[in-house]
Amino acid sequence: MSEDIKVKDGLRESATFDRNTMTEIRRAAETGIYDIRGFGAKRKLPHFDDLLFLGASMSRYPLEGYREKCNTSVTLGTRYAKKPIVLDIPVTIAGMSFGALSANAKEALGRGASLMGTSTTTGDGGMTPEERGQSSKLVYQYLPSRYGMNPDDLRKADAIEVVLGQGAKPGGGGMLLGQKITDRVAKMRTLPMGVDQRSACRHPDWTGPDDLAIKIQELREITDWQVPIYIKVGATRTYYDVKLAVKAGADVIVVDGMQGGTAATQDVFIEHVGIPTLAAIPQAVRALQEMGMHRKVQLIVSGGIRNGADVAKCMALGADAVAIGTAALIALGCNHPMYDEEFKKIGSAAGFYDDYHEGKDPAGISTQDPELMKRLDPVDGGRRLANYLNVLTLEAQTLARACGKNDLRNLEPEDLVALTVESAAMANVPLAGTSWIPGKGY
Amino acid sequence: MKTINLTEQSVRDLNQALHDQAIECTEREWEVLEPKGQHNIACGLDQNISVDIKGPTGYYCAGMNKKAHVTIHGNAGQGVAENMMSGTVRVKGDASQAAGATAHGGLLVIEGNAAARCGISMKGVDIVVKGNVGHMSCFMGQAGALVVCGDAGDALGDSLYETHIYVKGEVKSLGADCIQKDMREEHIEELTELLNRAGVDEDPTAFKRYGSARQLYNFKVDNTSAY
Ligand SMILES: Cc1cc2nc3c(=O)[nH]c(=O)nc-3n(C[C@H](O)[C@H](O)[C@H](O)COP(=O)(O)O)c2cc1C
Repeated sequence: MSEDIKVKDGLRESATFDRNTMTEIRRAAETGIYDIRGFGAKRKLPHFDDLLFLGASMSRYPLEGYREKCNTSVTLGTRYAKKPIVLDIPVTIAGMSFGALSANAKEALGRGASLMGTSTTTGDGGMTPEERGQSSKLVYQYLPSRYGMNPDDLRKADAIEVVLGQGAKPGGGGMLLGQKITDRVAKMRTLPMGVDQRSACRHPDWTGPDDLAIKIQELREITDWQVPIYIKVGATRTYYDVKLAVKAGADVIVVDGMQGGTAATQDVFIEHVGIPTLAAIPQAVRALQEMGMHRKVQLIVSGGIRNGADVAKCMALGADAVAIGTAALIALGCNHPMYDEEFKKIGSAAGFYDDYHEGKDPAGISTQDPELMKRLDPVDGGRRLANYLNVLTLEAQTLARACGKNDLRNLEPEDLVALTVESAAMANVPLAGTSWIPGKGY
Repeated sequence: MKTINLTEQSVRDLNQALHDQAIECTEREWEVLEPKGQHNIACGLDQNISVDIKGPTGYYCAGMNKKAHVTIHGNAGQGVAENMMSGTVRVKGDASQAAGATAHGGLLVIEGNAAARCGISMKGVDIVVKGNVGHMSCFMGQAGALVVCGDAGDALGDSLYETHIYVKGEVKSLGADCIQKDMREEHIEELTELLNRAGVDEDPTAFKRYGSARQLYNFKVDNTSAY
């Protein structure tokens, strides 16, 4: 319904019971099941768009855009690992499972990341040979389900990421509906074909942070202390979680904000649990600083990162690197308008498709259907991802140079201001044009 | 035989020495003295060697074991033989919770009792417990077999996939989607073989079999109370 019709007919839509809300009530009434979907939170949240950089002028000295160097590389895992990971760019590919994504999509992610000298990450469902083969730096996730977990793959990994939670569903487990459990996916997960795969929300063999410390030591022992160990948490009580993760012995901490994408979970979970990425970073950084561990235990941030400005803002707030999921899938072709007709046939539209769990993705990414899968050529996809990663890096460098920084990691909160009171309070930076940080006085 | 005393050398030294055997096996028989409940002893092994640990172990002893035969002459802490792939692990005493968690293969024998969540999320290992198992044992068990010669605690086999469970004694309660099933000829055979491999002298016909009702395999509105 366009604004014109509303005005002409004197109709007024309820802000409380808007059309999305009504549709959901009808859907619930008809099916009796909560809505399950992929993607991240769709509601509007305080985000990086609410922050701006203060470029240099008289009081600060900018670097020459095309001539002066601005370092983008970052080393992760310097605390305990014998072989830390060196990334050429501070943008990594987040963990997304084979099962949720096709083997071609996983391969494309590996190719794109490798072209740019960065890492990619396995997911709930184990490591595929395609992915290992095409990823020069591969992070192996250690999840509650332990699907496909084995010591050989563990030793093949360049880092291990112990997943405690995801921003899209902190406190929740995974879900992969039966239609996506093909023979290969089923074998990798030791499940019968076609059953719903419910992955647990808690690890089976440890409970609190004290146990986790021993678990991390076990992983280090098995891999002879070679590779870094990350801990990934969904953003909720981030300040405390980061402190406990450092105590448990993490080399790297991954904080995933509530905008973070997922392959499938309840919509109510995606939209109502967790805190925005913007709000989580200062909490994580404060925890690290108080422990004297900022930059010693590296911080990776994810959840809703789309462009080089988002990357630069994360880093200015104190992150060492970022991770992307949804944006990487879009770069591969997820939700592409060229498939609009086919999206319509399955009750969606290009730009709106979020039913990753149904496995019918016309773009051939979140599917296990052999015909659909073929639509994504892993080499082309990898190239597109590399291009996109390159743009993110160039944009972040442009902003850093404008702030007079010769290293992305030299960006600092002092380079930022906020557009709204909320974002000023969350990010701990002054409201634009003032020196006021809410809660801190002038 | 090579002996390592853990009051003189560290767990790291021991594990490195055992891992080195995967590249070149110079010694098939190992003995570990005075483990004193330390964690992560003999984890990540990948060679056909035998390791005798003379005393109690802490968490994750023999974790992710491949091929090796590890015997703990004492009690074992949490997550003994977690994610084992192959080989055997034998606990002469009792085992703490999550024994054999997520293990994909091999044989775990516990001669005493096992605490809660024995065989949680197991993926193909065979576990034989001479004594009792605690609550939530075999939760989300996917494959393999769990044999309990004593009693089982609450919620046995909750949300079970395809693990076969055999219990001789009482089962306090069954978890969601776990039911008692007929003991057919092939199950007697399987159980006989498991007991033989474990070296446990029990009458297979005295056991009852439990398995998945497979009602939770695909989401159904009518089952929401069980989720
Ligand atoms: C299709 C898909 C599958 C995912 N699978 C996993 C997974 O297996 N394990 C995990 O820790 N996170 C998983 N995630 C979450 C990502 O690792 C990451 O936290 C999130 O996508 C970051 O937010 P962004 O999508 O806004 O970039 C998945 C996300 C998507 C979109």
